Amino acid sequence: MATPELLIQNLPMQVVPPDWPGGYWWHWLFFTVILIAFVLTMVMGVIYIERRGLGRMQSRLGPNRTGPFGLLQAVADAVKVLLKENIVPDKADKLVHWLAPVVAFVPVLMIFAVIPFQNGALLADLNIGILYVVAISSVATVGVFMAGWGSSNKYSLLGAMRNVAAVVSYEMPLVLAVLGVVLIAGSLSMNQIVVAQDIPFILFQPLGFLIFFAAGCAEINRSPFDLMEADQELVAGFHTEYSGMKFAMFYLVEYAEAIAISAIITTLFLGGWRGPLLPPWLWFIVKVFIVFFFMVWTRATFPRVRIDQLMALAWKFLFPLALINLFVTAIQVLVWPDALPWIVIIINIAIMVILVVSWSKLFKLGWGRLNV
Amino acid sequence: MTTTEMMTLKTEPFVLNFGPVHPSTHGVYRMRATLDGEVILDIEPVVGYLHRGIEKLSEERTYSGFIPLTDRLDYISPMSNNLGYCLAVEKLAGIKVPERAEYLRVIIAELQRLANHCIAVGSFLNDTGAYYTPFMYAFREREKIVDLFDMVCGQRLTYNYMRIGGVSQDIPDEFLPALKKLVEQMSRWVEEYDFLLMQNEILLARTKGVGILPRETAINCGISGPVARASGVNWDLRKNDPYSIYDRFEFDIPQGETGDCYDRYRVRVEEMRQSLRIIKQAMNDIPAGTVRADVPHLIRPPKGEAYAHLEAPKGELGYYLVSDNSIAPYRCHIRPTSLINLTALREMVKGWKVADLIAIFGSIDITMGEVDR
Repeated sequence: MATPELLIQNLPMQVVPPDWPGGYWWHWLFFTVILIAFVLTMVMGVIYIERRGLGRMQSRLGPNRTGPFGLLQAVADAVKVLLKENIVPDKADKLVHWLAPVVAFVPVLMIFAVIPFQNGALLADLNIGILYVVAISSVATVGVFMAGWGSSNKYSLLGAMRNVAAVVSYEMPLVLAVLGVVLIAGSLSMNQIVVAQDIPFILFQPLGFLIFFAAGCAEINRSPFDLMEADQELVAGFHTEYSGMKFAMFYLVEYAEAIAISAIITTLFLGGWRGPLLPPWLWFIVKVFIVFFFMVWTRATFPRVRIDQLMALAWKFLFPLALINLFVTAIQVLVWPDALPWIVIIINIAIMVILVVSWSKLFKLGWGRLNV
Repeated sequence: MTTTEMMTLKTEPFVLNFGPVHPSTHGVYRMRATLDGEVILDIEPVVGYLHRGIEKLSEERTYSGFIPLTDRLDYISPMSNNLGYCLAVEKLAGIKVPERAEYLRVIIAELQRLANHCIAVGSFLNDTGAYYTPFMYAFREREKIVDLFDMVCGQRLTYNYMRIGGVSQDIPDEFLPALKKLVEQMSRWVEEYDFLLMQNEILLARTKGVGILPRETAINCGISGPVARASGVNWDLRKNDPYSIYDRFEFDIPQGETGDCYDRYRVRVEEMRQSLRIIKQAMNDIPAGTVRADVPHLIRPPKGEAYAHLEAPKGELGYYLVSDNSIAPYRCHIRPTSLINLTALREMVKGWKVADLIAIFGSIDITMGEVDR
C-alpha cells in the first residue's frame, strides 16, 4: 500500500514545501486546520456583510446590537442554534436526514484545498485543480437532495428537486466559461492560473466572467436563482425540517458555498492573490469580499425567476454564449498567441457587449409563456 | 406490459398544504393545492382561521361603539372601513355630514388608498421573490402617510377616526403643510419606483401574461376594485355610484387590458397617481367649519335597512345594516372585498406553477382580517 508521501511524489507537479518539519503530514494537518478556521471565520464575515449590506440596501439597519456594530451577531446566532433542540420528523428517513448536512458540508470544505492564498500556499496544488473543483462542488447537491428526500416533507422535496435541476443545467455554462480561462492560462492548476494572470482574466474573458458569475449564483442558489429555498413559495425549501445544529450546518454550507464561488471567481478572473502593496493573502480576502458583495447586491435587487425560466436561461442564453465564448477564445489563442493584450481586451469586450445585447433581444425570459 | 409502458415513469399528483402558517399567505389563509410536480392542477381554499364574529359582535354594541371593530376588518386600510360603516349608519339615520368633514373624509380615504397600495405593491413584489427590498421601500413611504394619520387621530394602525356624522376631531394646523409636502414626495416616489420596476426583465417575465382573469369571469365572480379594473371592467364606485363628494373631483379610472398580474400591478400604481390628484384638489378646496354633525352619542335610527358601499382600496366594500329602532344594529352584514376577490383565485392559478400561485395570490391583494371577519 502506497503511503501518502509516495502518492504525492508521483504527482507530476509538486509545489508542496518539502522542507517543513514533519513533511507532508504536518503540511496537511496545518493547512486543514487553517482552512477550517478560514472558512468558519469567513462565513461569519460574509454573514455580517450580507445582513448589514442587505439592511443598508433595504433602508433599514440590520443587526447592530450584539458587539461593536453588530459584529458578534453571527457568534450569538451560532450559540443560539447550538443550544436548540434537534427535531427529527417522525416519518423522516433518520439516517439520510442525519447524514445530509455532513454530505453537503464536506465537499464545500474540500473545494478550498486547491484555492491558492499566496503563491504556492495551498493544501494540494493539483495539476487538475479546476477540474477537481468542478467535480467536487457537484457532490454538495447530493447532500441537499438527501435532505429533501430524507425529511419526508413535500416542500423539502420540491426544493431539492429544483436544486438538482438547476445544478445539472448550470454545470454546462459554468464549465464552458472555465474552459476559456484554462485556454488562456494553459494550465488547469489553480496556482498556475493565478501565476499566468499578469493582467486579470476578467479583461480577457468578460463574457466568461459574466456567465461564470450567473451560473455560479445559480449553482449555489443565490438570488435571483434561489429557487430551492424560495421562502415565499417553499417556506425554507430543502431544510424546512431541519433545526438546531443540523440547520446551522446547512446555513454554513450556504455561505461556505458563496465564499467558495467567490474564491473561485477571484482565482480564475480577478488575479487571485496578486496585487500591489498589500500582502497576497489579504488581496485574496479583499477580492473574495468584493465578489460576495456583488452577490448581496443582486440579491437585494432582483425578483426570483421561475423554474422553467431558470432552465431557459441556462440552456437558451448562457449555454450558447458560453460555447461562442469558448470558440472565440480558442481562435484567439491559436491565431494570435502573441497579440498585444490590449487589442484582444478591446475586441473581447466588444464581442461581449454585442453578444449580450443582441442575444437578450432575441431571448426573453418567457414572459409568462408556459410549456408544461 | 409493452416496453413503452414500462419505460413511462408513473407519476401521480400530490396534495400540498399552503398555509395556514406559510410565509406568503398574507395571514392565515390556507390553500390545499393539488400539484403535478410543479404544476398546479387545482386548489381548494380553506378560510376561517381568523374568524372573530365581528358581524355578530355589532349586535351587542351601540352604533358608534362598533366603529373601532371595523378597524380590525381590513387592518391595512382601516380608514376606509370606518368610512364605509359611517356611510351606512348615516344613510340609515338620514344624517347630513358637514362640508369640511366630507373633504377630510375624502383626503383621508385617498391617503388610505395610497398606504394600502404601497403595501399591496410591496408585498406583491415580495411574493415574486424580490427579497424584501421593494417591500421595505414601500413601507418607508407608507410610514409617512401613517405619520399624517398619527397627526389627525393619534393612532398608527387602528385609527377609529371617522364618526357617525363626520370625523372625530379637526385636523391640527400643521396637517395641511405636511400633507402638501407628502403629496410632492409621493408623486416623485411613484414615478421613481415605477421607472425602476416597470422595465425589470425578471419582473416582466414573472408577471406578464401570468394569472389572466378574463373580463367575463371577473364580472361573474363579482370581482371589484383594481383586480376587476385590470381585467378591463370599468367599475369604480367613486364614478359609478358617487358617495360623499367624489363627484366634485376630476380623476381617471385606470384600466388594464389583459387582466394579468402585471396589469393589476400597473393599475395600482396608476391609482396612486389618481389618488394624489384627488388629494391635491381636495386640499385646495377644503372649507372651514365644523367637522361633526350634531349627532347624539346613542343614536336610534328609525326602523328599516340600509346598504352603503364605497370604493375601498381593495374594491367594493359594503355595509348592510338593519335597524329595529334600538341603540344597536339588529343585523350587520359586511360585504368583504378580499373574500369575494379571492373567489377568482382558483380559476386564475390552474395550470400555472407553484411560484406563479404565490405571485397571483399576492397580486389580488387580500387581508385575512377581512376575509374571515
